[in-house]
Amino acid sequence: MLLKNSYLVFKKDLSSELRTRYVINSLLMFVLVTISIIRFAIGDERADNEILTGLLWIAVFFTSVSGLSRTFVKEEEKETSVALKLSTGSDSVILGKLIFNMVLTFSLNALILLLFVIITDYQIKNLPGFLIVLVFGNLGLVSASTIIAAIISKANSKGTLYPVLSFPVLLPLLITVINATKLASLGVETDKLFGEIQILISYFIVVTVASLMLFKYVWED
Amino acid sequence: MNKIFTSLVFLIISGVIVLGLALPIPNIPALGDKARVLYFHVPMSWISVLAFFMSMWYSIRYLKTKDHDYDIRSYSCAQLGFLFCILATATGSLWAKFSWGSFWNWDPRQTSIFILLLIYGAYFALRSAIDSEDQRAKLSSVYAIIAAVTVPFFVFIMPRIVESLHPDPIINTQGKINMDSSMLTVFISALTGFTMLYLWMLNLKIRVEKINYNKLSINE
Repeated sequence: MLLKNSYLVFKKDLSSELRTRYVINSLLMFVLVTISIIRFAIGDERADNEILTGLLWIAVFFTSVSGLSRTFVKEEEKETSVALKLSTGSDSVILGKLIFNMVLTFSLNALILLLFVIITDYQIKNLPGFLIVLVFGNLGLVSASTIIAAIISKANSKGTLYPVLSFPVLLPLLITVINATKLASLGVETDKLFGEIQILISYFIVVTVASLMLFKYVWED
Repeated sequence: MNKIFTSLVFLIISGVIVLGLALPIPNIPALGDKARVLYFHVPMSWISVLAFFMSMWYSIRYLKTKDHDYDIRSYSCAQLGFLFCILATATGSLWAKFSWGSFWNWDPRQTSIFILLLIYGAYFALRSAIDSEDQRAKLSSVYAIIAAVTVPFFVFIMPRIVESLHPDPIINTQGKINMDSSMLTVFISALTGFTMLYLWMLNLKIRVEKINYNKLSINE
């Protein structure tokens, strides 16, 4: 029942997104702009993997910060949140939005990574390890961003507040994931990254459980 | 009762300041007289963490009971915690200048206190961006809890990434306290004195905030 309802919330978000292109168009442009700024900042120089990994995560972080809040802000701006509250419980709303944000982030990150590799000549020596770290890092990123998006959708000055609130919460994750992707791109074996992957998984689980428990206080008036 | 408590706080803190500066310090390699910062820096850091978790505790109580009293307590804890966090950063940074050669060099301990400052800042930014009293209380409580569950990750992550140069007479792997008895006495009294000072300030702060809250509801 819960899973079915969350799937319905996800499907509703997806189809309304495909109809209106509320987020996708601006985010695609955002990704393009960010990547080209990186390209012009580097120029023709061949930068080290250590710097490039940092630049990659700047692009990923700011794309998710500018995009992930939309799911909740949209409900408040278009005043559809009351209808959503009437139709289903808070647990299925947060789960559905989480799934939607995950799909959005994974597709955007695939695009960012692809463009980034093409433009900056970024060499990844241990690709499977890199992708595993990226996936688990993104899971944590999405779950923390989603609950904070729910918080700020009720506040004034939503746009500026979002990075301010999410950065300190995301920083433990970001430090770990930047370090792990850097190591993987330099060719460190996957089993040596196991400690970092454990941290990423536990971060994801802790934050998701906390958001599932707390979301009803944010959502219900 | 309150008078006794206040004079006790006054006595202990004056004693700590005088003894902390005047008492001879045993010869500690590479630290020497700089070790005196311990009497002030460690209590400040301890209180900023204590206030952070007290704020989280009152946030949980608020969400459970919806009693506005707890929100006022949580907010007061956060305000005092922020003050002590700034003091801990300043004393630590001064000490770092004379021991490590620069005020700020992103040592893991410095990074973690920086995060704590950021979280406090974000919490106040969130509170000032919400107009309705109930919404503000609810949302800032949720944020305080979310922030508090992610903070412990620093304890496990930071040592994995970079070696810290921070001396650890209190929290070390052997679980021993490496201090001679006169230092230990001053240190323990500093810890007690500043914690009592914090509790006394917290009591005042909560009372002031309550008066403010009642005044607001009368005006409305």
